[in-house]
Amino acid sequence: MNDPTEGSVREEVRTWLADNWDPNLSLVDWRNKLADSGWGVPGWPKQWYGRDLHAVLASTVEEEFAAINAVGVARTGIRMLAAATILEHGTDVHKKKFLRRILTGEDTWCQLFSEPGSGSDLAGATTRADYDGEKWIINGQKVWTTSAHHADYGLLLARTDWDLPKHQGLTYFILNMKQPGVDVHQLRQMNGHASFNQVFFTDAQIAPQYQVDEKGAGWKVAMTTLAHERRGAGGLGRANHDSGLTGPIYEEERKEIATVMEPYKWYPQRAGRVDLALPRARETGRIEDANVRQEIAKLLIMSKSAGWTAQRARAAQEQGMPQGPEGSLSKLAASNVARQASRVHTLISGADALLTGSDGAMDGVIAEILVSVPATSIAGGTDEIQRNIIAERVLGMEKEPRFDTGPFKDVPKNVT
Amino acid sequence: MQFTFTGEQHQFRDVVKRFLRDKSPATEVRRLMETDEGFDPVVWKQLSEELALPALPVPEIFGGAGFGFVELSIVMEEMGRSLLCAPYFSSAVLAVSAILNAGTENQKQSLLPQIASGSIRATLAMTESNGRWDASAVELVAQVEKDHFVLRGEKSFVVDGHTADLLIVVARLEGSEGDNGISFCSVDGDAPGIEKTLLRTMDPTRKLARLDFNGVRAQPLGEPGAGFHALNKTLDQAAIALSNEMVGGAQFLMDSAIEYSKIRVQFGRVIGSFQAIKHKCADMLIQLELAKSAAYYAAAAVDAGDSCLPALASMAKSAASDAYMQIAAECIQIHGGIGFTWDQDTHLWFKRAKSSEVFLGDPAYHRELVMQRWEEGI
Repeated sequence: MNDPTEGSVREEVRTWLADNWDPNLSLVDWRNKLADSGWGVPGWPKQWYGRDLHAVLASTVEEEFAAINAVGVARTGIRMLAAATILEHGTDVHKKKFLRRILTGEDTWCQLFSEPGSGSDLAGATTRADYDGEKWIINGQKVWTTSAHHADYGLLLARTDWDLPKHQGLTYFILNMKQPGVDVHQLRQMNGHASFNQVFFTDAQIAPQYQVDEKGAGWKVAMTTLAHERRGAGGLGRANHDSGLTGPIYEEERKEIATVMEPYKWYPQRAGRVDLALPRARETGRIEDANVRQEIAKLLIMSKSAGWTAQRARAAQEQGMPQGPEGSLSKLAASNVARQASRVHTLISGADALLTGSDGAMDGVIAEILVSVPATSIAGGTDEIQRNIIAERVLGMEKEPRFDTGPFKDVPKNVT
Repeated sequence: MQFTFTGEQHQFRDVVKRFLRDKSPATEVRRLMETDEGFDPVVWKQLSEELALPALPVPEIFGGAGFGFVELSIVMEEMGRSLLCAPYFSSAVLAVSAILNAGTENQKQSLLPQIASGSIRATLAMTESNGRWDASAVELVAQVEKDHFVLRGEKSFVVDGHTADLLIVVARLEGSEGDNGISFCSVDGDAPGIEKTLLRTMDPTRKLARLDFNGVRAQPLGEPGAGFHALNKTLDQAAIALSNEMVGGAQFLMDSAIEYSKIRVQFGRVIGSFQAIKHKCADMLIQLELAKSAAYYAAAAVDAGDSCLPALASMAKSAASDAYMQIAAECIQIHGGIGFTWDQDTHLWFKRAKSSEVFLGDPAYHRELVMQRWEEGI
């Protein structure tokens, strides 16, 4: 058989869509068709709901879906990170049990990595998993867990060996969230939203077959999850705009997106809302101020250049160069953009920056920017960690001396 | 828009890079910067004849090689990296752009082939001692005689103005002001009535001259009085080329700082293992990569005939100026005391960073232009 080309793929998917796309199907029925045919995730392996297509051809498929407004597989939230991790490290049992329901949207997922005592130092996790001869028993606490309150499953990083150095004593599990030993509490943020949760485990249980990869390989597996997160495989930015289409399948999809996206509704503000700078400056007349003009120009230049840099990285990747730590570069650039945007919005707003909610500028949107931007340089790896990654992995600089290389039980930890 | 270089462009870059590594080591930069001429005629001949670099931006019908602005920018980036002392920016960028933008077909036919072959070196005399880079700042007067101009006034900050064989002069018609009356003309560098003074420049690797015109006979280039748009386009293209030169220099300095941080030991460890240094380097890389993206994008936009070019040029110039200057300062800082010495090479690039930051307008000036030039959809 010939290798697929853009033309052949386009024709094939068009024909398939013409024969199969039916907006009157239920969301799950339609997505099961997508899973069966491989057109929902064409970049995935043939054996597991995909078609082994190269990323460029996969985007051709996406274009064809978009052209006729055909609904795709579920992509929002943590599910695609779970899927990527399972595809890379999971057993056939995992793949059979979870992948299809990830794609259909029947299950939602959360990521149980960060802990109160281990933020940047993720490998310092102290949530423990002890094997009682039949199953793993989980005790401890996770934090910053988006969607934990409705998630069916969690990607859990837990300590299974306290005598080994910290990176070697971790194991990766898939945890059923709907069980008695799991308690989820909302965590309120400085911007008033409660997008995240704290998750408490008290003798929660995991059957041995839901361990992912080897015992002690948890760090390696978690790195896979995080690498996909950093390169934007998560569905956080997707499907933000409403298609405006009516019909049962669109309503269903809209509801699904609304539920999953609820915690992220302030995320555009977190990124600084560069799009509002010029309109606000014009509307308030601050566009006349020389200093304001300078700061807006800095913002626009930084933001545009960051966009072009991301496009350069993508283009290089399409030419077959491996994606490396450039993700850290764009994350840090995004932090810089957000902080500059916050400065600009303050400058433009003047005294109105003192007000919030319905008293504030744009019904509180500007105030929300100012109190949300600090999250950008922390979430998903702090700016400082990104700088370390860039320095060590891109620039080849030496690592800091470490004090946490011995048995984990002897490593200094936070007082709890 | 293309976001990567083609295989051929990569190969071309390698050829240029190898040539410059060979011909422009820091020892040569130091030797040439102490001379009045500021370049080595032998190297100029080689880069003209062996690599045909001055021919690059000149269309084939005018005796050039007809390459794109992207290729020109690759050359500029590599020259910036190696800090080549040669009249390339003045002749192949400033003068060629001006002639292409302002001249008639016949004028291009008569002027460009010799510049393309490198047998004559040209430059653009636009700025005056008021140090401004906009058309309205031009005061030098062109008095129109039958078929020629008579020039009276002064030009300053003219790159290689003391050695150029051909001067492309921006003048204004008598009695005109603002954007009106802008006129290009060409005149031999040694024409009677031109008084040339080599200026003492902080950056000795890029020579600047003051030129006084005391009733100098010059040939109009393009339609007298209609040069405003040609001038703006020339300045935008020059800013983009210079931006690419700047990111090349910034890359050299960043590499040198990182290399040093990996061998310099203090407190029993290489200083590159301290986060204070690592984070500086990471910030340098980000600033450099963003500036490169702006410079590359703007260069590609010239070839694409992008209508947003003016804004893109100002974005690139401002980003590259800030990045180069910041990286130059940090490079000295990372080197510590030795970075402040004459014998260590950093200051050579630092000074080029400073001269490039100001030349064609400083970052604040270009940020203001970005605001004026910004349109939806950039």
